Amino acid sequence: MAARRIAGQVLFWLLVALIVVYTIFPFYWAIVSSLKSGSALFTVEAWPTEPSIANYVSVFSEQPFGRNILNSVIVATAVVALSLFLAVTASHALGRVQFRGRSPLLLMILAVSMFPQVAVLSGLFEVIRWLGLYNNLLGLILAYMIFTLPFTVWVLTTFMRELPKELEEAAVVDGASPWIVLTRVFLPLLWPALVTTGLLAFIAAWNEFLFAMTFTLTNEMRTVPVAIALMSGSSEFELPWGNVMAASVVVTVPLVILVLIFQRRIVSGLTAGAVKG
Amino acid sequence: MTTLDPGLEQGAALAEERPSTLTRSRKRSAILFLVPMLAVLALVAGWPLGRTIYFSFTDATLANLEDPAFVGLSNFYWLAVDPVWWQAVWNTVVFTLASVSIETVLGMVIALTLSAHLPGRGLLRAAMLIPWAIPTVVSAQMWGWMFHDLYGVVNEILLWAGLITEPKAWTADPALALPAIIAVDVWKTTPFMTLLILAALALVPDDVYEAARIDGVNPFKVFFRVTLPLIWPALMVAVIFRSLDSLRVFDLMYVLTGNSRSTMSMSVYARQYLMEFQDVGFGSAASTFLFLIIALLTVGYITLGRVKLGLGER
Repeated sequence: MAARRIAGQVLFWLLVALIVVYTIFPFYWAIVSSLKSGSALFTVEAWPTEPSIANYVSVFSEQPFGRNILNSVIVATAVVALSLFLAVTASHALGRVQFRGRSPLLLMILAVSMFPQVAVLSGLFEVIRWLGLYNNLLGLILAYMIFTLPFTVWVLTTFMRELPKELEEAAVVDGASPWIVLTRVFLPLLWPALVTTGLLAFIAAWNEFLFAMTFTLTNEMRTVPVAIALMSGSSEFELPWGNVMAASVVVTVPLVILVLIFQRRIVSGLTAGAVKG
Repeated sequence: MTTLDPGLEQGAALAEERPSTLTRSRKRSAILFLVPMLAVLALVAGWPLGRTIYFSFTDATLANLEDPAFVGLSNFYWLAVDPVWWQAVWNTVVFTLASVSIETVLGMVIALTLSAHLPGRGLLRAAMLIPWAIPTVVSAQMWGWMFHDLYGVVNEILLWAGLITEPKAWTADPALALPAIIAVDVWKTTPFMTLLILAALALVPDDVYEAARIDGVNPFKVFFRVTLPLIWPALMVAVIFRSLDSLRVFDLMYVLTGNSRSTMSMSVYARQYLMEFQDVGFGSAASTFLFLIIALLTVGYITLGRVKLGLGER
């Protein structure tokens, strides 16, 4: 009996170890590869014998990768700010006021999140060109609303609905306008939901590829995913793998930090959308 | 509170005498609060979708979007007779079925492992989140390098383990490319599945397990008879989310294998016509087709989901 239990324990921990290795190994390999320079890259070894940061230097010097990172930061931050602003006001209406057509409206907003990006590509391209925002970060910020607004509105509406009615009534009796009620009474209570949805919107905008590739033209306007996907080196036939790995590590680090700090919030946001909704 | 009466809008003069002034002002501000969000959604989703559907009946090109000629169903006809398109449909369906089912089973195994009360569970959960959080492009590149035919670590490990006898060209060989892409997707999205299953497992009351343990029920039986039925609704929601997401797949194929026919998804096919061949009419027909498939599945799932949820509540 005891032997069987020990065997079970060993098997269990082997399984845990296997899961961890499976999850982590690609990152480990990317880091190891990014530290190899020259021909060392083409030998398989567990740790570089002569670690070098040459790839990290060249990824920033051979292309405007610093600029690409800045673009991604600008776009993702603006997307978070804009979608939260639009979603907070809208969710106040959708969550606290009863009006005819509210449920169909909510369903319609949810339906937008099912749209394949490619189904709006040509129409959106036309809109962006018409607004004069082609090859402009503002065009991307606008385009990204299609996937950040549905879930921010949806999650914040669910959250708004659960806030106690008495708070609002007290403020209204004191003569507060709807705007004051929203910003002074509800907003402070909404913080946890705002952080969660904001994070998810940030990650979604940071990672987006198809729109970013289609609506920008020059190297200087590209965001990080496009820069990494289209990275090319001196040879036409072989990717500069060392640079690609270095760039991948550079953009993964901030996400790892975000995830480690906010993992509870992210998990609750992901599951609120699916389990409750 | 009653529902919004359309007559109220013309009855502004009556407003002062009616007790519902407060309600009315709330409704007016509600509309004001809603308009900006709806306007943006109409501009980036509603209008572009309408244009795509319209383009699909025309001979629009990227250079001539303003005044294309109406060509009826001819784009759809040429789409229906294009073997490359049906290859793309097949690839997308195989990709979706394979990766979603592997992810579900694997996600379940990992979730059950992590739901045990083991030390460092928080850290493990955080580690799980990382593949989910990084850009798909980055995961595609990292795996593209691991899959490299000459210098890739995957070949090296499999050769060392004796599972293959010679290095394989994972992303170039038409027979291996789609399975390789599925493997990357499984790595990237299993964490999402695991987290949703973990959340559902957390809602199963402990005394259910306690009772089963006291009765000496075999753990496998407990899983299939007790746990699985209880988490079924949540599991279905996760499966639906993932399936709809997989049907739109673009980044993975595009980065790992470009426009290669053996792996091309519906989105890759449509984008190639829209942007590279600049044949917006034909590309829009493909996009419209993809949109219709996803719309039909969504409606089907919602109807089906209602039935299942109704059964679960009894």
